[in-house]
Amino acid sequence: MSAVEQSFKNFMSWIDDRLPVTEAYEKHLAKYYAPKNLNIWYYFGIFSFVVLANQLLTGIWLTMSYVPTGEGAFASVEYIMRDVEYGWMLRYMHSTGASAFFVVVYLHMFRGLLYGSYQKPRELIWILGMLVYVALMAEGFFGYLLPWGNMSFWGAQVIVSLASAIPLVGEDLAIWVRGDFNMSGVTLNRFFALHVVLVPLFLLVLVVLHVLALHEVGSNNPDGVDIKKTTDETGKPLDGVPFHPYFTLGKLPGIIVFLFLFCAVMFFYPDGGGYLIEHPNYEPADPLKTPELIAPVWYYTPFYSMLRAATFPLLGLDAKFWGLVVMAGAIVIPFVLPWLDKSPVKSMRYKGLASKIMLGLFVISFFILGYLGTVHPTPLRTLLAQVCTAIYFAYFLLMPWYTSVEKTKPVPERVVL
Amino acid sequence: MKRLGLLILVSFITHSSQAADSGFPLYDMTPDLTDQSSLQRGAQTYMNYCLGCHSLQYQRYKRTADDIGIPESLMLEYLVFDPNTKIGDLIENSISDENSKNWFGAVPPDLTLYSQLKGGPEYLYTYLLTFYEDASRPLGANNLVYENVGMPHALMELQGVQQKVCKEIPKLAANGGQMMDALSQSYITEEVCGMELVERGYSPLQLVENTGRLSPEAYEQVVYDLTNFIYYVGDPSRLDRERTGVFVLIFLAFFFVPAYLLAREYKKEIH
Repeated sequence: MSAVEQSFKNFMSWIDDRLPVTEAYEKHLAKYYAPKNLNIWYYFGIFSFVVLANQLLTGIWLTMSYVPTGEGAFASVEYIMRDVEYGWMLRYMHSTGASAFFVVVYLHMFRGLLYGSYQKPRELIWILGMLVYVALMAEGFFGYLLPWGNMSFWGAQVIVSLASAIPLVGEDLAIWVRGDFNMSGVTLNRFFALHVVLVPLFLLVLVVLHVLALHEVGSNNPDGVDIKKTTDETGKPLDGVPFHPYFTLGKLPGIIVFLFLFCAVMFFYPDGGGYLIEHPNYEPADPLKTPELIAPVWYYTPFYSMLRAATFPLLGLDAKFWGLVVMAGAIVIPFVLPWLDKSPVKSMRYKGLASKIMLGLFVISFFILGYLGTVHPTPLRTLLAQVCTAIYFAYFLLMPWYTSVEKTKPVPERVVL
Repeated sequence: MKRLGLLILVSFITHSSQAADSGFPLYDMTPDLTDQSSLQRGAQTYMNYCLGCHSLQYQRYKRTADDIGIPESLMLEYLVFDPNTKIGDLIENSISDENSKNWFGAVPPDLTLYSQLKGGPEYLYTYLLTFYEDASRPLGANNLVYENVGMPHALMELQGVQQKVCKEIPKLAANGGQMMDALSQSYITEEVCGMELVERGYSPLQLVENTGRLSPEAYEQVVYDLTNFIYYVGDPSRLDRERTGVFVLIFLAFFFVPAYLLAREYKKEIH
């Protein structure tokens, strides 16, 4: 052992006596065994880390030049776009990153549905993941107001005014959230505080907990087989390989492909034809000028559709309130998914036909709802949205039934490569 | 997955507004940011005809001059009209909101981001070609793209006066062909007006001879240059961005090769 190696070893043992750095490195990276048969669906968790890092870094630099006031916000974004060195790149990385975040998180969640990653013993991983998703929605919502464009203004106006649909306390609640009788610079200021401080803190803590919970029980895999059951004499899972380097450097090509797609959009279609940055957001917020069509950014549109799908009053409460209930229900119901799935198997590979059909219908209806949220409602579209909303809820509410009656296939002892 | 990604990308690209709110179909306009002389002529027209009412308040003279290849001294001498304005200043004007509201009924919008606001340069391009004489309007002008617009036809001295007319056009038979008179072997025509003319592929506007300084072709060029310039101002770093983007993508493509070879070595160890 050379002198340099010896002194490094001494240094690390000095540290490890006081802070378990080596232990943490081994537990979470070098000796964390991930299943060998992880496929392309398992990339999206890694990608969301990449995007999270992108959002945090570009966000810090954007904050250096952004002015969080009703008078200065819009102009400061254009200042970033024109006068700040590489400001356009920081801004487009952040705005494209917001959409990319939802793309990878939705695919990551779909992976969970596909392979039953929420099932026992991974219930808490799923719940923490859902909390990450809700925090992400909040983060995106607060952030979308900050450019102070006209769609920022009216989008936030529509969503905040939903609070006023709650009986008795609604109006006061909406004023409390806005800090004003209408959307104003006061609202912008507090949304800025929430977007750059509170929600990112929550998000980071939740992400850490999500990963800690995952590393406690280990990763699921496309076969839903528990790799800890078959180990060698040292206790190392036979069907597992260390996360580092196999799933870090070993997955580098996939990360590069993702970055390639990300950069292609970011450099060549940063406004995504009006889907990533909506056209009305190119003029400053104007309380007297309602955009022709108020549509949220694409990642909220499935839920926006469900909100609009409630069209009739019930029990003396108006339709707007029930829309809010439906939308909130749609976000809350996935939380209890681990207890809705009664199937003896985890993965869709071994589940029955009913599960496959229901998952397929669920995905299709989610896409249709997403599309409907970007266009004007017509009677026919509203009907379609109602049908799709029903399918969305049926996927969850009927799950205890269809997962327990369907015939499943036998699960192999070891993973299939 | 890849196919889905491609589908999403394609739908982004084709998602652009093809018709104005008035229903008038927009003309095609393909901007060319590499054509510096077009951008320079556009800037010249803008400063002379538009800036009086429409500011470019997020864009600076210096950035503009540098990007489109006008020496700063020439810019200050010929295109900056206020002697107190410095080259690093924003392109603002001195019309007050109150006055403009009194004169035109609305505050003329800032045009820095106008082409993105309208989902592309086509709107502005078509708008500037479709002013027509309308005595019922306070300033005597109306527009096919933006009905009852408060703005007068600022470029009328160049284009001349256009009038909204009805035209005698061939009548269509039930099968879609042109209706012909069986005896005289000539086409049967009918008088068609307004949007119906547009739907049949005719312009409802006619230029009054010798009312403008420019030929129709020369005027179209002026409007093209002006729209091209406003498209540039909307996102001045566009060319720089696309150039950088090409290098970034090439870098990632090259980086993929060693990353792939490394990953393949790791993969060999997984049985």
